[in-house]
Amino acid sequence: MKIKSKTGIMKLQTQYIIMLATIATMMSCRKDNYDEPGVLLQGHIVYKGEPIQVEYNQVPFELYQHGFGKTGPINAVFAQDGSYSVLLFSGEYRFIIPNGQGPFKWKQTAAGAPDTTIVALNGSQELDIEVMPYYMIRNPRFSKTGGNIAGSFTIEKIITDASARDIESVSLYLNKTQFVSGADNVALKTMNGSDITDPNNVNLSVAVPTLNPAQSYVFARIGLKIAGVEDRIFSPVMKIDL
Amino acid sequence: MKKIFPIILAGILLNAAACKKDSAFLDVQPTSILTNQQAFSDPAQVLSILADLYNRQQDFSGLDNGWASFADFSESFPSENGSASIVQRNEWGFKEWETWDYGYIRDLNLFIERATEANTLAETDKKRFLAEARFLRANYYFEMVKRMGGVPLILQSLRYDFSGDPTYLQYPRAKESEIYDFVISEAEAIKNDLPVNPNEKSRATKGAALAMESRAALYAGSIARYGVNTPQVSLPGLEVSIPASMANGYYTKALNAAKEIISGSAGAYALYKNKPDLGENFASIFLDKGNNPESIWVEDYKLRSGRVNGFTVSTQPRYGAEEEEGGRINPSLNLVQSFEKLDNSFAPIPHTDGSGNPVYYNNLSDIFAGRDARLYGTVILPGSSFKGRPVDIWAGYQLADGSIVTGDDRGAQKTLPGQSGPVQVVGFDGPVSAKEFTAQTGFYLRKYVDPTPGAGSRGTNSEIPFIRYRYAEVMLNAAEAAFELGQADEAAGYMNQVRARAGLTIPLTATDISFDRIVHERRVELAFEGHILFDKKRWRIAHLVWDGNKMTAADLLSNIGSATKRSTQPFGLWPYRLHNPGNANHGKWSFRIVLPVTVTGANRFRLGNYYSFIDDNIRANNPKIVRQPNQ
Repeated sequence: MKIKSKTGIMKLQTQYIIMLATIATMMSCRKDNYDEPGVLLQGHIVYKGEPIQVEYNQVPFELYQHGFGKTGPINAVFAQDGSYSVLLFSGEYRFIIPNGQGPFKWKQTAAGAPDTTIVALNGSQELDIEVMPYYMIRNPRFSKTGGNIAGSFTIEKIITDASARDIESVSLYLNKTQFVSGADNVALKTMNGSDITDPNNVNLSVAVPTLNPAQSYVFARIGLKIAGVEDRIFSPVMKIDL
Repeated sequence: MKKIFPIILAGILLNAAACKKDSAFLDVQPTSILTNQQAFSDPAQVLSILADLYNRQQDFSGLDNGWASFADFSESFPSENGSASIVQRNEWGFKEWETWDYGYIRDLNLFIERATEANTLAETDKKRFLAEARFLRANYYFEMVKRMGGVPLILQSLRYDFSGDPTYLQYPRAKESEIYDFVISEAEAIKNDLPVNPNEKSRATKGAALAMESRAALYAGSIARYGVNTPQVSLPGLEVSIPASMANGYYTKALNAAKEIISGSAGAYALYKNKPDLGENFASIFLDKGNNPESIWVEDYKLRSGRVNGFTVSTQPRYGAEEEEGGRINPSLNLVQSFEKLDNSFAPIPHTDGSGNPVYYNNLSDIFAGRDARLYGTVILPGSSFKGRPVDIWAGYQLADGSIVTGDDRGAQKTLPGQSGPVQVVGFDGPVSAKEFTAQTGFYLRKYVDPTPGAGSRGTNSEIPFIRYRYAEVMLNAAEAAFELGQADEAAGYMNQVRARAGLTIPLTATDISFDRIVHERRVELAFEGHILFDKKRWRIAHLVWDGNKMTAADLLSNIGSATKRSTQPFGLWPYRLHNPGNANHGKWSFRIVLPVTVTGANRFRLGNYYSFIDDNIRANNPKIVRQPNQ
């Protein structure tokens, strides 16, 4: 038998490769690929229409869609200003906020599990989620005096029935970026809840530390810790020029 | 015609040979697979099956599961650039520390079932093997309940019948207390089937079973007692949280199990006191394999067997290391300053005097003098030695005007003012900011770092064992349980023995014993042994200690010794040499508190971290599994 020359094999392989590539190009990228999800569900978490301000990346919610075998949540979190957005397919979803999350009460079933809000998606939709916060921070005002930032605000107690909770503390946070919270700050001033004499006029003041690298502004925010609740409720973030 | 004869013969032979039944002919024993009866016929063989099960035990910190398992929780700074996330993240994920190895549970159950059926095994061997497997199973359930709370309690191998309906295999989570009860009752049931032999370290003994029981009962007791402080961390079905009324029962069991070891009925265990220097002695507990009455159950290693650990390679002092690496674990000042003074008082490391001026020391190590000997035994301090060779930890020169001359590489050289030639201006062990493997807090780890020649080289590695249970912890279990039962006197007695071994010879009295004292004693005695997370969890103080707030130096120095003291960022203490010819302090050492530059996050332990996340897949496969609280 004659042995094929090396170049002969090479030629053959090249032909095959080209052929395979052509087939692959023609056959793929059509039937086997799904469209990406394109239906936008967005909105805010609100109390009487007013967005609830929370900490970045700390208050999650879950969407479930039944009917496709295993059930698992689509996980997402609320932004600082209480907004959320998810890209989904049309269909029926169940929306929950897991137990113990958020500075508010989420409705529960009799068995103590978080109750669901059913979301029927048929095209993009705006949906505000109504919850009961324990407190709201009203009229936050920030001012710069000398090297200090002062914040004053009013605290409104929303839940006053048997499940009402006390204020553990209030804090004024400063940060260099727009993400301002207990985890992200360059300076903070905390006052214990028991030291608040007049909830209608709470004042906090904190010195602006040396910023490195220097910048001519800071972001300020007020957070309220509710006794026995992990997540704080916040005021909107305010940019203050120094 | 002549050919007919062989054909007939062949036919006869064929018939004669082929007349076996098909079943007899085809049923040939495989030569490469043992049947259960064969496998469980010879004790040596059973031991080799059991060895695999021993190997699959899970430790939070282990010498073979990565140095980083020792490095978290602000007790140390990770001096490896690839692991900076440990000090840069702001919180732990809910999935962290989860374990759910029901494959292992199944193999343990199968072992128990098969060994029970084995009929050629001697009764004494069988008893011991069964007790060992039950010990391993109980210990792994203990590991699971520590991390996950109540889990499905599966005590036999489960078999799927391929009917298309697996719901009969879906078990709900047991109550948290039921898992602890199981661990405790198993320990009681098997303790007398296990050998009483303090020299048996790597296999289960009566001592190991009792040590497990005492720790498990103590954990359950404290969850019951302190769970009231975190009412949110509970589930209505008690898969998580234990009713407060059960606390005393558990503490009593913890105390009794510990007392059984202390009384000597499980063998002659004792505190390790083989070396005159108390600091060296403490370090040797973790190095001495041959003659160690303290260790009860260990994960063992052996040189040139393939089963060695590289922990020393990762953590040895960088200068003079046997490889171009090491130094990864830098204990934090948070931990270092919490070691008491010899008069039983807490105080910061005295780097400044009352009016805030720096104190100058003749020798680097003077600042650490007069403290708990466990400090020396746990941490390599500046000015101390490893392998008989001084470590070279110092951060630079301080000039007359307070400015600093230092270098950006190990042992860098520069010319000081008034001198003509360059001199070394920073130690060969650093600290150099953001330079991995240098002592970026000013400290290296000593506990578990093996000074044997070759232990720090990748080709040889180390054979020191990881101690899972040891006698001093049993004493502290007894002390805590006695304290919680209102027997502070007895608690003081146990604690004083452990403390005297560390040079704290002024005894604590009953009135000195407090919750804070108990918490503190476990922190310093058991540092870097995989206890801190579970201790802080069961006392329900983890969310207070790691509350996510950044720290200042003032925070760091206040309230040392308080159980709930914040510890969210690992600080360091850097030594500087004064260069000021003519000044009385010229050439002496002062110290500065620093936060390593790569520490940008602050540890936050959320309520959802108390029990690790159960994977969505597990819950989708078994809808009876309820999810953890606060996640």
